[in-house]
Order: sequence, then structure tokens, then C-alpha cells
Amino acid sequence: MSATGSAAGGDVVLVLVEQHDGTPRGSALELLAAARALGTVHAVLLGQVSDAAVARLGAYGAVAVHVVGVPTPEASLPPAVAAVLAGLVDKTGASTVLVASTFPNKELAARLALATGAGLVVDASAVQRGPDGRVVTTQQVFAASWTLRGEVTAARAVVALKPNAVHAAPVATPVLPPVITHDAATLFDGVPGTRVRVVERTPRPESSRPDLGEAQVVVVGGRGVAGDFSPVEDLADALGGAVGATRVATDEGWISHETQVGQTGVMISPRLYIGAGVSGAVHHRGGMQASEVIVAVNNDVDAPIFEFADFGVVGDLFTVLPQAAAEIRRLKAQG
Amino acid sequence: MRIVVCVKHVPDLQAERSFTADGRVDRSQGDGTLSELDEHAVEAALVLTETLGGEVTVVTVGPADAEDAVRRGLQMGAQHAVHVIDDAIAGSDVFGTALVLAAAIRRLGAEGGVDLVITGMAALDGLMSVLPSLLAAHLDLPQATLAAELTVADDVVRVRRDLDHVTEVLEAPLPAVVSVTDQANEPRYPNFKGIMAARKTPVTAWSLADLGIDPATVGDAGARTRVLEATPRPVREDRVLITDDGEAGLRLAAYLAENRLLG
Repeated sequence: MSATGSAAGGDVVLVLVEQHDGTPRGSALELLAAARALGTVHAVLLGQVSDAAVARLGAYGAVAVHVVGVPTPEASLPPAVAAVLAGLVDKTGASTVLVASTFPNKELAARLALATGAGLVVDASAVQRGPDGRVVTTQQVFAASWTLRGEVTAARAVVALKPNAVHAAPVATPVLPPVITHDAATLFDGVPGTRVRVVERTPRPESSRPDLGEAQVVVVGGRGVAGDFSPVEDLADALGGAVGATRVATDEGWISHETQVGQTGVMISPRLYIGAGVSGAVHHRGGMQASEVIVAVNNDVDAPIFEFADFGVVGDLFTVLPQAAAEIRRLKAQG
Repeated sequence: MRIVVCVKHVPDLQAERSFTADGRVDRSQGDGTLSELDEHAVEAALVLTETLGGEVTVVTVGPADAEDAVRRGLQMGAQHAVHVIDDAIAGSDVFGTALVLAAAIRRLGAEGGVDLVITGMAALDGLMSVLPSLLAAHLDLPQATLAAELTVADDVVRVRRDLDHVTEVLEAPLPAVVSVTDQANEPRYPNFKGIMAARKTPVTAWSLADLGIDPATVGDAGARTRVLEATPRPVREDRVLITDDGEAGLRLAAYLAENRLLG
């Protein structure tokens, strides 16, 4: 391996594509768009893939689709997926691997980087190549109060990119990428993850609203909703957004735990964040401050969230939210 | 059972945090603390040894003030503490840190055995939640991370975890590496007895040489990434704060429309 970064162009960039109901997730299309600026894009899918999904990956820039079977539940655990990707890095000579920045993906990214000698960047909000071909990333850190630009000095890079960081635009002249099927057994050989047994795996029903981690608009309810999330849900629906909650709201049992936004819950970076009855405590901030536009509605003028909100309303969320939702629906109906 | 808990000293979250000119976290300002998320790891270890018997060793890597983190672990009730300290470690990325911690755990294993390694879910200062995975890889142990529930029976650790779209129950034979979330437990506050006992407990200091680590593999020399630039988020000048006069909802909708945010 050379000490400098590889040149752009012919470089293969592997993109780990996650699916829901047989369709690539929105975050995967964003990864493909980001990968196009880095080199030749190869998509990697675990499990089954439909013709429609392959065409969609082609529409967003993939020129090849690698499909690896998942023979057992254990085969989708991060150590096993890392081993699969390491095998594919070896086979394709890829210089860069992109994954969506979720907890399990960050784990597999780290193991992949360790196995391949790559530099690792997680929670990246942008990725491109520097003038010398090195992978250059941007991260928001310390509750998005600082922006770090860094470069990967190793010859290979593994980058976990946050949802909504990149606009997922289709390519002008898509091709139907060839599907290359790999034998999982050879790729999984000797993975320590296989010593872990999946006793139970229960998918949680996904709501009809957009996925919280990927949504462009998120409306969050905090202590101020006092158990009643209906105005929060109604405003989210008016905007086609997802519903989130603070730790207090989930601990009180007002809404399910997986809606918790924060450093220990879901990290979000939507185009629009609306916090209703949210004080803006530091742990919540760490999970949402990378949002592009922050709106706060709170009846406490001293709430810390007003210190960093772009648009703040001191007022009762139970009157402000319904009024806003009705007006938004009226404006949207006008077109 | 013998449990090792890896802890990290982090800048106080409530304090202003910043970077030095060379792109490192500025650790000169204000008090540091044991990462809150690591307290859940210490608590989990204490509960297990209280029910199953055994001892807890807290381990940290870092400069002199990192000792505060293991001290806090001792105050909570851990029996032993190890602090890996060496000038060559400065500037280590997560790979360097994992390499050093893994070597320390290996030495503890050689000296008396290690059945379980527990970490917090992330370090709040850098959010590098990947450390447990790297430890598992280095030590060639099974990993069961992000435990919201953790139990041990018959030399098998069982973990329940809630991921973005799925809930899983995993089992791994000991020895294993696990990480716990803030859902796993409510960390205890050190009591007077614990604080007094912690004062008398020596903290074992190990250097890289003690662990047989080549200094060139850690610190700045071993890092695979480099900070080019650290800039504070600019204060937005166009921020708006209004008090509801009966029409705030309409003004909010208008603001969203102006900024093309109606979805």
C-alpha cells in the first residue's frame, strides 16, 4: 500500500445498501450519489435483491451490484458483514467503502477499517476527494458546535455518512448494472461474530411516517407535551415528517423508546427540526443540533433551546402547533 | 467472575468545548469527568459481581488527569484500577486507543483471567461508539454491543438490544466484549465508604513498554486520519424569536414557506 491516497476516477467505491421491503432505503441512494464523486460505484446488498431494486441502484449511479446471501441470522451481525466487505474490498480492489452512519454500521466500519488498514470516519456530513486524491470528510462535533474537516492519510478509507448529508439525485444516463452473486460461506470463513447466537430478532413495525433517522423534517415533543403527542403528530403529518421525542417523553411512557432523539438515541440531521415543549438539554442537543434549520416552540422563555433555535416561538404549543399545521395545509393546497 | 470495565475521561459536557490550533480536543479548559455513559458500564459490572461473585477492574488510557475516571470507578465500588499512561499515546485515534486497551486487557487476562469486558455505548466527547468492536476484534472475542439488558448465566452472556428497526436478543459464550446503553441501569452514586476505600486503593500505572507496544503504532504516528481544520459553528445573525400574540402559528408557517421547508 502506498502512503498517499489513491487517485480518483477508476477507483472502485463500495456502497453498502440497506433495504426495506425490497426497496433501497433513501440513505442508500444518498450514499450512491456521494460515492459518484469518489470513483466507480459498486453497490453491495445482503440478502435478496429484486430487478426493480437493481434498476434503482443503477439510476443512482451503481455500475455493478454485488449480492451476498445471508444464510443465518448471525450472518447479518456487524463482524460478519465487515468480513464480507473486507472480502469484496479484496476482490474489487476498492479504495473506499461508504455506509450509512448507524450504530451497527459504525461497528462494522471500524472492524473493516481494522482489517484493511483503512482510515475511518464516522458521522460524516460530507465526503469528497482532496486535490491529491485523498478522501476528505466533514464532521459536526460537540453537539454540532464545531465543524471538523479532515483527511484520511491511509491508502484506504471507510466512511459512515449521516443521512440527509447529500442530495440523492439520479444520474443523467443510468445503466442497468450487472448483478454479481457471491458465495457467503467463503466470505464468512472464520468470523468471530459467528460465536454469537441470535436468540431472537423482532423487526419493529415501521410507521407510515418517514424513518426518523432519515426524515427531512422531524417534529419532536418534549416534557411540554405533557403526555399528549397529537399536536406534534399532526404537525409532522402536515409537513410529511417524522415524529421524535426527548428522553423525558419516552421515559414517561408517552411514546415508544425508539423515537428518542439524542446522543444515546437516534442522531438526526434533517433539513427542518421543530421542537415542541423541548428544553434543549445537552444530550438532546447532541443528537439534533446538526439539523439545518431549528424551530422551537416553548412557553418557557428561558429554555436553552432558544439560544440556538433559528426561529423561536415563546407560546403554548397546544395553540401554536395546530394553527401552524392548518396554515401549512392551506399553503400547500394553494401550491 | 472477573470483569474489566474500560472507562474514559472526557471534557465536562456542560462546559464550553473546543479544539486547539493543531486540531486536538482542548483538554486544558475546565474539569473533566468520567464519561456518563461509562458509569452505566461500571454499574453493570458491579451488579454482576454482586450477584455472581468476582471482582471489577476499571481501566483507562490517557494523560495524568485521566486517573480521575478510574478513581470514580473505584468510588462506585470497583476493586482494582489500571491507568495506561505514556507520552507517546497523545494524539491516538480510536485505533491506537483500542490497541493499547486490548494489550492491557490481555495482560490482565494473563495475570488472573478476564471473563467479561464491558464498555459504555460511546464516549460522549467524540462519540466513537466503535471501541468495543475494535476491542473484540483485537482480542478475538465475541461481541454483544448496545445492551439495554444484560444477564450472565452458565458462562453465557445474554444481551437485549434495540436497534433502529429491530429488537435483538444475542447470546455469547464467555469471555466476551459487551457495551451497555443508558437504558441498562441507573448508576449508583459513590457513598462515603466507597470514597474512603477508593482513596486507599492504588491505581496501577502501565507504560507502553509494560504492555510491549511499539510507540510508532499509536499516537500521532499511528493515526490514519488527520484534522485539516476545526472551525466553530458561526452564530446565525438572522435568528428570530417571537412571543405568541395569537398569530405565531401563522408566522411559523410563513417562515417555513419562505425557506422552502413545507415538505
